[in-house]
Amino acid sequence: MSAIILFLAVIAVIVGWWLSQQRLTSKPWLEEDPIGDFPGTGAMTLPAAKIGLGVFLAVASSLFALFISAYSMRMNMVDWRALPVPGLLWFNTGVLVLSSVALQWAQVAARRNDMDSVIVGLCAGGASAITFLVGQLFAWQQLSVAGYFVASNPANSFFYLITATHGLHLMGGLVALGRTTAKVWRGAEMTQVRLSVELCAIYWHFLLLVWLVLLGLLTGWTDGFVDICRQLLS
Amino acid sequence: MVDVPYDAIADAPPAEVAEVELYHPKSWWTHYVFSQDAKVIAIQYSLTASAIGLVALVLSWLMRLQLGFPGTFSFIDANQYLQFITMHGMIMVIYLLTALFLGGFGNYLIPLMVGARDMVFPYVNMLSYWVYLLAVVVLASTFFVPGGPTGAGWTLYPPQAILSGTPGQDWGIILMLVSLILFIIGFTMGGLNYVVTVLQARTRGMTLMRMPLTVWGIFTATVMALLAFPALFVASVMMLFDRTLGTSFFMPALVEMGQQMKYSGGSPILFQHLFWFFGHPEVYIVALPAFGIVSDLISTHARKNIFGYRMMVWAIVGIGALSFVVWAHHMYVSGMHPQFGFFFATTTLIIAIPTAIKVYNWVLTLWRGDIHLTVPMLFALGFIITFVNGGLTGLFLGNVVVDVPLSDTMFVVAHFHMVMGVAPIMVVLGAIYHWYPKVTGRMLDDWLGKFHFWVTFLGAYLIFFPMHYLGLLGIPRRYHDIGEVAFIPPSAHQLNAFITVVALTVGFAQMVFLFNLVWSLFKGRPSGGNPWRATTLEWQTPETPPGHGNWGKELPVVYRWAYDYSVPGAAQDFIPQNQPRGATQAVHGAAS
Repeated sequence: MSAIILFLAVIAVIVGWWLSQQRLTSKPWLEEDPIGDFPGTGAMTLPAAKIGLGVFLAVASSLFALFISAYSMRMNMVDWRALPVPGLLWFNTGVLVLSSVALQWAQVAARRNDMDSVIVGLCAGGASAITFLVGQLFAWQQLSVAGYFVASNPANSFFYLITATHGLHLMGGLVALGRTTAKVWRGAEMTQVRLSVELCAIYWHFLLLVWLVLLGLLTGWTDGFVDICRQLLS
Repeated sequence: MVDVPYDAIADAPPAEVAEVELYHPKSWWTHYVFSQDAKVIAIQYSLTASAIGLVALVLSWLMRLQLGFPGTFSFIDANQYLQFITMHGMIMVIYLLTALFLGGFGNYLIPLMVGARDMVFPYVNMLSYWVYLLAVVVLASTFFVPGGPTGAGWTLYPPQAILSGTPGQDWGIILMLVSLILFIIGFTMGGLNYVVTVLQARTRGMTLMRMPLTVWGIFTATVMALLAFPALFVASVMMLFDRTLGTSFFMPALVEMGQQMKYSGGSPILFQHLFWFFGHPEVYIVALPAFGIVSDLISTHARKNIFGYRMMVWAIVGIGALSFVVWAHHMYVSGMHPQFGFFFATTTLIIAIPTAIKVYNWVLTLWRGDIHLTVPMLFALGFIITFVNGGLTGLFLGNVVVDVPLSDTMFVVAHFHMVMGVAPIMVVLGAIYHWYPKVTGRMLDDWLGKFHFWVTFLGAYLIFFPMHYLGLLGIPRRYHDIGEVAFIPPSAHQLNAFITVVALTVGFAQMVFLFNLVWSLFKGRPSGGNPWRATTLEWQTPETPPGHGNWGKELPVVYRWAYDYSVPGAAQDFIPQNQPRGATQAVHGAAS
């Protein structure tokens, strides 16, 4: 459970920092304002949707951290046989990076009021995300052709489960991206879509980051890192 | 998070909003069924949760009939008994209490108490309810599928949960897991709303430290739930894979009916870690809203400011954080390393500190207060006593050496029903008596309410106090029939029969309560806008029940904290939060 504990520690630091800005030591029973004069609520200047996305990313991170925790506990059992990672995953990773870059480009274009580039960015981002998902399906197919079925070993089970969860999150993102693209297509004003584009880009970067961590985990790259951490702790 | 210079006016939501920005129901369907108004969603959540809760109540009667008079009721066999236990526990903890406190009270009270027009994402909020309803329907459907609902116990421990000896192995367990997954998805949608509404939609002047403790409790519980429920999600998905696809996440290699099963090498302990990583915070996800609500009830009905408001807030946050590092105290008998047991026993006992602070503060709020023994107050007092009782037995069970012999006995059943069953339900009932006038515009009948309280309160003690004794005798929990065993004296059987009679009586009192809810809706005394003379914003709405958008044309402005009761020199014994200085003869700071 060390991955999730580590994640929660990070969350605790963020929450603690935020709480420290909230005057929790004030004495509200002594405060009594005259009419028309009141303190600020301490609300953030960010739009609610952005904060909502931030909270959702924390929930999704918690989910993936728990998968990683379960993975690292289960992999120490004797029946674990690591599976060969299909080379296709590297291609898929590259496509996902492109997808993220395209959306970042769209976001920058949205700030510059360059609607044409926004459309190009959104479409390129969406197309490469779909390519990534199709690529993942091919990777699954390669594995099952090679005899690595979902139930034949826990390493396989985790591979399918974790990639599926990540893929489902990306598909949810594609719904939001589709709606944003449709809005742009119908000729919405830049002010109406700027936030949506930005939120999509943030979500894509998040999923890319999660994917890189998961890839490290699934390919065994992070094993060395985990060992070092373990030695430091013990 | 931002470096923009602070501007109180700019950062607060605008007092007036354009008509187009508010959600407007256009038909009967979007007004009452597919509504995006948090108040309607709250009522939908509450009714659904109560309906499935009633099913769980009936299940508890059936269990008690079997325990009190074993062998008398031929329609309850051992398998059904296990199914009743499982469904009773699961429904009560998740589908009733979690949904009611967060989906019900959270939806109704957060926007009204912080002075918002609605939740920040009304459409997602509506989806949250419909996904929850779907989860409840899937859960209820397990009663009608071949093999019936799962009988694995509410903890669903593998490997037995998916082996063929356990009732509901065919469809029951699959639908149970699907229902949990749906519940978590639905809750996440609602939870995002509760958190962001508290963060961003507070009205002008409503600083965090002016929020009523109810909002603090629900807010903190929601943050915890958002982080803890994914653990149950992961555990459910992985078990679903084990059951349907034959993976071995949790299932060890084992032989069933002489046959080697296809599973190999999985870890049941891994499931226990994931389950309790959710399961322990879940206790506080239910308790923290109850703590918050009861603070407000006590303060209002004792006409006195809450004692130690700051400490109360810190304690809520502290309990929320600590509750994530105690989960393995549910696993003392799982064979874990003794040093882990020591660590988790220590963290468990540390939680007693902030919890005790809260109890002292409730008692000190009552001290020399102008106590009105209204029905909400009676339930609040009942909560404090019950919670202290249940908390003290928690100190027993938190110790490894005491827990090992008591584990899996009726003592555990008595403990968690006191602390997590009766105590929060006392708050739920008190809160319903308290806020019913705001929701409906009518008072609940006082006499029926007092009858309901006394039967429920005394009855709960008559049910669960003797269970501690049964547990100390060594009577195991989850047994369909304990039979004639040398260490169980005949008096224990008589005690079981007695408990059953009381349980049925308490159940009857709940029917009186339901009657009161329906009867008062039509015939209750009109309450007016603020029958309890309370300070918080939800009682200051221009209309009762609050209209669409809650506040009429302009949002209220908050000039003080939520607990200005009996302020010396003030014209009345309460000053609403939206009343500025100078509007009364209040002496600054004299109340403290």
